[in-house]
Amino acid sequence: MFNKKKLGTVALALGTTLALTATSAWAKTTLTVASFPSFDLAVQSAIPLYKKINPDVEIKLVSLAYGDHHNAMTTALATGGNLPDVMGIEYGYIGRFASSGGLEDLRAAPYSAEQYEKLFSKFTVPLATGGSGTLAAIPADIGPGALFFREDIFTKAGVTEEDLIKDWDSFIAAGKKIKETTGSYLVASAVDIKDVVIRSGLKDGEGIYFDAEGNITVNNDRFKEAFRLAKAVREAGIDAQVGAWSSEWTEGLRRGTIASQMMGAWLGGHLANWIAPESKGLWRSAALPGGTYASWGGSFYAIPKKAKNKAEAWEFIKFMTMDKEMQIAAFRDLDAFPALVEAQNDDFINQPIPYLGGQVARVEWKNSADRIPAMDVHKHDPVAEQIINDALEGVLERDENIDAALAEAEKQIKRRARR
Amino acid sequence: MSSVESAVRPPVAKIKKRTLKQRLHASGYKWAPYLFISPFFAIFTVFGLFPLLFSLFLSFHYWEPAAGLSAMEWVGIENYTFALTDDWFQTSVYNTLWLALAAGIPQHVIAIPLAYFLHTSFKRSRNTVIGMYFMPFITSTVAISLVFTTLFSRDFGMINMLFTSAGNWTIGDIQPLAWLFPTENIDWNRPEYTKTMIAFVVFWRFVGWNTVLYLSAMQTIPKDLYEAATVDGAKRWQQFWYITVPMLKPMMFFAVTLTIIGNLQLFEEPFIITGGTGGLEQAGKTAAMHMYITAFVEGDFGTASAISWILFALIAFLTWGNNKLLGEKK
Repeated sequence: MFNKKKLGTVALALGTTLALTATSAWAKTTLTVASFPSFDLAVQSAIPLYKKINPDVEIKLVSLAYGDHHNAMTTALATGGNLPDVMGIEYGYIGRFASSGGLEDLRAAPYSAEQYEKLFSKFTVPLATGGSGTLAAIPADIGPGALFFREDIFTKAGVTEEDLIKDWDSFIAAGKKIKETTGSYLVASAVDIKDVVIRSGLKDGEGIYFDAEGNITVNNDRFKEAFRLAKAVREAGIDAQVGAWSSEWTEGLRRGTIASQMMGAWLGGHLANWIAPESKGLWRSAALPGGTYASWGGSFYAIPKKAKNKAEAWEFIKFMTMDKEMQIAAFRDLDAFPALVEAQNDDFINQPIPYLGGQVARVEWKNSADRIPAMDVHKHDPVAEQIINDALEGVLERDENIDAALAEAEKQIKRRARR
Repeated sequence: MSSVESAVRPPVAKIKKRTLKQRLHASGYKWAPYLFISPFFAIFTVFGLFPLLFSLFLSFHYWEPAAGLSAMEWVGIENYTFALTDDWFQTSVYNTLWLALAAGIPQHVIAIPLAYFLHTSFKRSRNTVIGMYFMPFITSTVAISLVFTTLFSRDFGMINMLFTSAGNWTIGDIQPLAWLFPTENIDWNRPEYTKTMIAFVVFWRFVGWNTVLYLSAMQTIPKDLYEAATVDGAKRWQQFWYITVPMLKPMMFFAVTLTIIGNLQLFEEPFIITGGTGGLEQAGKTAAMHMYITAFVEGDFGTASAISWILFALIAFLTWGNNKLLGEKK
């Protein structure tokens, strides 16, 4: 008897709760936002603010690790099931996703986003553009490239920032000097040099490995120069021969055995937070050598064609990407460099960065963001990148001929990018 | 006989019991077994059979998955011909076979004597010792791979530290071990070492598992065989070689089959150790990784499906070969 009674109470309570949740969920629209760390932090901090403006919209954030998130999105687009209303996409996947046709064309009605495109750093919009002039996503944050270096090591070696960024020959000479006097390597890997040089001198509309028409553009002077310089760096013995994000790499940056690193401006945050917090005040940021302007990463928001709440999704995307206050908040609190030009002009940009010895580095990053060419991305970029890296390995380690290696790489890319 | 039977049997008339036949025909018995077995079939159909057939179907198509199901395009056997003539696939198969042998053979060559040693030398503490050997098998592959990448780290890894300290060990002016051990740190991420490193991790992970398999087989070998051999004056190694090894043959077949299947599908260890790329010059890229990369990095699910079926055919063929070699002759 007792048991039955108790059970009844529990059932009643459960029923009421269920009914309550059901009605409250019914009255509101639940907007699903799929994202990945640390891009999801922006959504997390936006939820309470957005709720104030739109109390009827409940935001559900689904966050997975970087790789898992993009795999999940690929399969969701493939099957048309389990799609979020708002999809966060990172730079490395935007080319494939934008050309897939599985995302809403934001240039078409009712979005008509063409009018907003000029609000963003000019290089971002072409990245999210699909083959037939469709706009698949709106940029949220960007990663303008910078060269981080240990000023104390440079001073000890008698090398100036100017020596480093003037041109590549001077860069290599500076590296030798640093190696001789301090024993530190100038760069982590010769591959880094290649990665910067192949991004230099690109005009708007050109891609790194493919041009706008999809022709392969790896067997040319840009790549030959990149390979030649990478080899020169290896031969000069100024690279530590470690890959980024390996334990040797983080230890090298921490101990100062690697004296500089070219990467997105966000590396400053990683250095300060966990890689080398003890070296506060010793690091500086400079422009990339040889007048190169390149971007490392960046994030976008898109709406899948099969999303349920497209109108609400679009409102939310506009809030996240075009609302000046939101973009500034993300810039200030999360150090996510905004894609919105208006937010880049916020006074926050003039604040000195204590970790970089009080340098006003964000102004420099903004200047570099202004000059990054509007590059074209291709869905086979990851394949081409792998082939080029393999080719460079042959040149660096087995002394293969650069021209022959690139010709072979071109053939390989042609074969693999067969569709 | 019949008198005994009737004595044991309970009086029939008093309790009215249905016969077995009647009971089986009761309505519940007709559908109940199907109901109880249905979860397996439902799950198998959704997660086993359907993907299997779909991937076969997919392997004859070109499909850009992000464009949705409607974007499938029939290409016939092009995916298969492309995969088979593709040097990346060939490299990955070579890597897989290399790893299968380099990680597989030592597993068994060490597991069998080790199991024999555990079987004969430990009495009370045997289960504890076996548990220790078994531990790597039940530990997360990701955790193991991460720990080993740290151990194999070039500048800060323990393995290089041990090797170089042995190589640089000096007596007077000579380094007696320099011919065997390196005197400088080895970069295990270099293409020439990547496979060795992965093979070692795989070996370490599965040697305990095989030991347990062989140990359980040894426990079924009748003791009188050993006793008879002892009476005949056979030494311990002779007993091992002429009794244990031949009697283990069925288990060897089973364990080697598992190793073949497992090693040819090798994915997690090389994936974590090489950071998902396959390492420099793809030296550590296995066929399973190539399949994954083709699907999720290159976005070509059709070719990836074709690769998986080629891999299936290869595994089936090698298992058949193993059966010919170690399986029971009829």
